[in-house]
Amino acid sequence: MIDQASRIAYLEKIQPGKIIIWTLLFLGGVVMITPLAFMISTSFKTGTEVFNLGIIPENPTLKNYIFILNESKFLRWMLNSLWVATFSTVSVVFFDSLVGYTLAKFTFRGQTIVFVAILSTLMIPTEMLIIPWYMMSREFGWIDTYWGIAFPGLMTGFGTFLMRQFFMGLPDELIEAARIDGWSEFAIWSKIAMPLVVPALSALAIFHFLGNWTAFIWPLIVTNDPDLYTIPVGLASFNGEFETDWEIVMTASCLATLPTLLVFLLLQKFIIRGVMLAGLKG
Amino acid sequence: MAEVLLENINKNFGKIKAVDDFCLHVMDKEFIVFVGPSGCGKSTTLRMIAGLEEISSGNISIDQHIVNNTHPKNRDIAMVFQNYALYPHLSVRENISFGIRAQKLPKNEITSRTMEAAKILGLDELLDRRPGELSGGQKQRVAMGRAIVRKPKVFLFDEPLSNLDAKLRHKMRVEMKKLHQQVQTTTIYVTHDQVEAMTLADRIVIMKDGKIEQVGSPDEVYHKPNSQFVASFIGSPAMNFFSGTLEVLDNMHFLRCDGGETIDLVDWPDLIGSKLTMGIRPEHMELKTEKSSKAVTTVLDAKVAVLEPMGHEVIVTCDSNIGEVIGKYTDNTKLKVGQTIHFEFKKENIHFFDENSGKRVS
Repeated sequence: MIDQASRIAYLEKIQPGKIIIWTLLFLGGVVMITPLAFMISTSFKTGTEVFNLGIIPENPTLKNYIFILNESKFLRWMLNSLWVATFSTVSVVFFDSLVGYTLAKFTFRGQTIVFVAILSTLMIPTEMLIIPWYMMSREFGWIDTYWGIAFPGLMTGFGTFLMRQFFMGLPDELIEAARIDGWSEFAIWSKIAMPLVVPALSALAIFHFLGNWTAFIWPLIVTNDPDLYTIPVGLASFNGEFETDWEIVMTASCLATLPTLLVFLLLQKFIIRGVMLAGLKG
Repeated sequence: MAEVLLENINKNFGKIKAVDDFCLHVMDKEFIVFVGPSGCGKSTTLRMIAGLEEISSGNISIDQHIVNNTHPKNRDIAMVFQNYALYPHLSVRENISFGIRAQKLPKNEITSRTMEAAKILGLDELLDRRPGELSGGQKQRVAMGRAIVRKPKVFLFDEPLSNLDAKLRHKMRVEMKKLHQQVQTTTIYVTHDQVEAMTLADRIVIMKDGKIEQVGSPDEVYHKPNSQFVASFIGSPAMNFFSGTLEVLDNMHFLRCDGGETIDLVDWPDLIGSKLTMGIRPEHMELKTEKSSKAVTTVLDAKVAVLEPMGHEVIVTCDSNIGEVIGKYTDNTKLKVGQTIHFEFKKENIHFFDENSGKRVS
């Protein structure tokens, strides 16, 4: 009797608006997860079964994984991606925050011009920059080098802007107190300012890392040597001119997604905080 | 320990003159307080001494060395900020030792000096806490610890107690005075609170619109204010002022107020005919319920409007024919709102200021 009453009370609490929202969210979830589920499912299928749209493979196999890991240069590409993404992330964290700090906490002639110039780079689409980047790389001999892949992402206008905004929120008194205490400007930046903007730094680092991990167009253009391919370029190389081994592409995609998934799982808290801080879309 | 000499200091922010021809000689071991209303230039002057603000012209010397272009870290000063400026990600221990770590002192000396400062300020138990876990008073003590651990030549305090409640402020004031007596370091302290200024200072510098109005001991600025501004700024409740012209009739002196009313005075021959502002402190207005028969005092009749009992004294705001008058009394006289009373004041307690310049004339 009591159970019945509490059930009725519970059902009365559910509002129609909430039911609609939950349904929409559920449908959104299905739309997001379906391609991922097909990717994972296809990676365990044989070539003949690829176009069978069943989610559970009829004859599950690990052959595709063995092929990718033994016969292709996938691990090499993974290391390339890891190296390029890590290197450019470290660089962005260092330089963007250093420039952002300088713009936020120092007054110098031409400060506004420098800031506006940095800000204006945000308005130029990457596609427009690719030709000058390529010409530069050819002139300096950076084609088919790690440096060539990484250099456009070593410092970003967005990161500088983001860090400047955060450093502006730091009380000047903290900086002045450290200055009176006798620390150099670099030490003040590293010992006082940087630890206080860790949330913003981690947001910047995570987004930049993921952005570089999935970068495709520039690495495709600047590399010809398959030994230097990053993962997205390597994945594309599995697409043949006349036919594509989809089970291989899907297996490689599964493996390529793993590190990203790990980053999301481990740093979920920081990513959510970062999205809120930076006002970005996830 | 050192003297600080400020010679003709000027500071302009664009067209605004924040500090105007500021001259001051701060003696060795002296505790000097800059006091004045918001925007009078006291904090700017302190920041110029610290080197956080460039001077537009003039010279600043610390320990007989001109430091106009010296970096703050090389001036051998320590500063305590209004908002404490504690590093939130460091423990109390790390905050206190942060300054001496920059000096690359041996580790054991850093430890011993940190412990010594913590002991002086009663922070021994809190050394491993972060600033976020401390109360306002404790944060203030850590900020002071960070200053004293460096053993600087000069301490600079920028309104360090303004974020504390009244009770804690009093406690910290006593602690600061004790600390100064103990370490004897030359101290320059900025506040807008005249009570802090009076209780802490060896000498007070009262500022207005970037200029010094008066420099003197707390006694001097209280008993002999140089200007009407100083007279109104020092003392609580503020001094009563009455504007008018000093006149004489049948050998009787009186102040004819701007509204035509008169206040009888006893013998002020020098100032006859002058346009003046007369000032008298509430505590110097002797309150009588019956008119005194003695002719040695000036008498002002008034009606009680508001009574503010403070426990040890009562502040009485009265209406008189020359405007609002405030008095104070400490005896057991029971007053009622609306009751007619008489204020009597002695000649030696009356201040006269020139009505135009505001400067003291008697």
